[in-house]
Amino acid sequence: MKISTHVYNVGQGMKNVWRNKLFSLASIATMSACIFLFGIFYSLGTNFQAMVKTAEEGVAVTVFFDEGISQAQIDEIGNEISKRAEVSEYNFVSADDAWATFQEEYFGDNPELAEGFAEDNPLANSANYEIYLNDVSMQPTLVSFLEGLDGVRQVNQSEVAAKTLTDINSAITIISMGIVVILLAVSIFLISNTVMVGISVRREEIAIMKLIGAKDAFVRQPFVVEGIMIGLIGSIIPLILLFFMYEEVIKYMASEFNFLSNMVSFIPVKTIFTTLVPVSLLLGVGIGWIGSRVTLHKHLKV
Amino acid sequence: MIRLDHVSKSYEAGKPALDDVTIHIDPGEFVFVVGDSGSGKSTLIRLLLKELEPTKGKIYINGQDLKKVTHKKIPMYRRNVGVVFQNFRLLPDRNVYENVAFAMKVIESPNKEIKKKVPTMLSLVGLAAKYRSMPKQLSGGEQQRVAIARALVNEPKILLADEPTGNLDPTNAWEIMGLLEEINKRGTTVIVVTHNMEIVKAMNKRVITIKKGVVVSDVGGDDYED
Ligand SMILES: Nc1ncnc2c1ncn2[C@@H]1O[C@H](COP(=O)(O)OP(=O)(O)O)[C@@H](O)[C@H]1O
Ligand SMILES: [Mg+2]
Repeated sequence: MKISTHVYNVGQGMKNVWRNKLFSLASIATMSACIFLFGIFYSLGTNFQAMVKTAEEGVAVTVFFDEGISQAQIDEIGNEISKRAEVSEYNFVSADDAWATFQEEYFGDNPELAEGFAEDNPLANSANYEIYLNDVSMQPTLVSFLEGLDGVRQVNQSEVAAKTLTDINSAITIISMGIVVILLAVSIFLISNTVMVGISVRREEIAIMKLIGAKDAFVRQPFVVEGIMIGLIGSIIPLILLFFMYEEVIKYMASEFNFLSNMVSFIPVKTIFTTLVPVSLLLGVGIGWIGSRVTLHKHLKV
Repeated sequence: MIRLDHVSKSYEAGKPALDDVTIHIDPGEFVFVVGDSGSGKSTLIRLLLKELEPTKGKIYINGQDLKKVTHKKIPMYRRNVGVVFQNFRLLPDRNVYENVAFAMKVIESPNKEIKKKVPTMLSLVGLAAKYRSMPKQLSGGEQQRVAIARALVNEPKILLADEPTGNLDPTNAWEIMGLLEEINKRGTTVIVVTHNMEIVKAMNKRVITIKKGVVVSDVGGDDYED
């Protein structure tokens, strides 16, 4: 088709949206709600994932050795640990290091209290490896592997923290996906109904077009444009809303829950939106396109 | 140019709307099709537009078998056949100019050509001055002129008119028939379905009479008698 024809049909499609105000509005509102929720879930999810990531970096598995183990055996265990893919980092903590850390934590202000132990390290058997993971969900696997190694006396882990974080993360993902999928289906349904109303309003015009010799694609195009316009408007509105909301919420969180800022840092709005904008627009356009195609297929056999 | 060979058309089981109709129409002819209401005249028009398929028989337009015009080729075929109706079928939300331009837009004519041809067409039907009027501001006769301009702007070889004067008073009816005759003189084959026997008799053209789906007479100009 010629460019001027496309221009004409885009104009006709926009007219459809306008003539069909009530239905268009309902579709745009649903579409907006859908993209809005999607945006919220996406922002939440992305931030949460970042928190999990930070948490993961802090969650350590500690491996203690059998009494009287040789340095060679300890090195061998270290070698095994280094081969594991889920391990991001591991450090050897000698008994003296452990004692020094302990002293600092518990007797920090009164070092004289620790004097009594000076000659006899009470943590003689507490040499260990501190292991950091790149994926908390792999922790149980690693722990059982470590427990099976020769010379390992005990493996300490923060199981609850790891499991909870992973569970919450997947729960958020599943619930948000579910809601978004339902809303997407509702959007498709509403858009296809809107386009159907548009078709029935313009039945006579379509009949005349066909008698004059309009090609199928020409007859269909304005309705496809109508669906896509609705999808597009329905994704731009929530994106604008989300943009301002996100900044406000971060500001609010930072001021009201000051202590949080030490634990978590929010992802900047720019980072969120570099992904959210194209994905939402694509969703909007895609849903609009599908919605109109569904109807055209059913009700406009040209 | 137009040839129907033993064409029958049945809508449902029952007696056919058209029954074994054979008609030949040469290029440049002007033909009236008359007959009582329900005799199958509109069915004939719709067959020629390929809105309907004959149940039996063959239709040839310019030597082309209409059966062989596939769904994809129908638009191209219809660009050769203009049509006007009793109720005009103008787009009520567009003015005179836009209604005619619409026909060119729909077949994707360049805007430059549209701007050139629409005014010419409107002058031909005598509506150049009213190009900005909306259909509801026009008389029936004027609306039918717009419809004729719309049907002709893409220069079809054939013009079909299904009771074009059915909604018009005698003066307007005469004017519209005169316009159709003028268009025929410029080379377009014209087929007019009508009830208006007074005009049919006066105009002295070929008349095909259909009765209950059967062609009962087909006579040239001077031979036509009631
Ligand atoms: N779409 C249709 N479905 C069923 N029967 C129809 C349809 N259109 C017309 N008919 C019947 O076919 C016959 C011829 O109709 P039509 O061609 O409209 O006649 P005319 O135009 O001469 O008045 C009539 O009996 C009419 O009831
Ligand atoms: Mg009729």
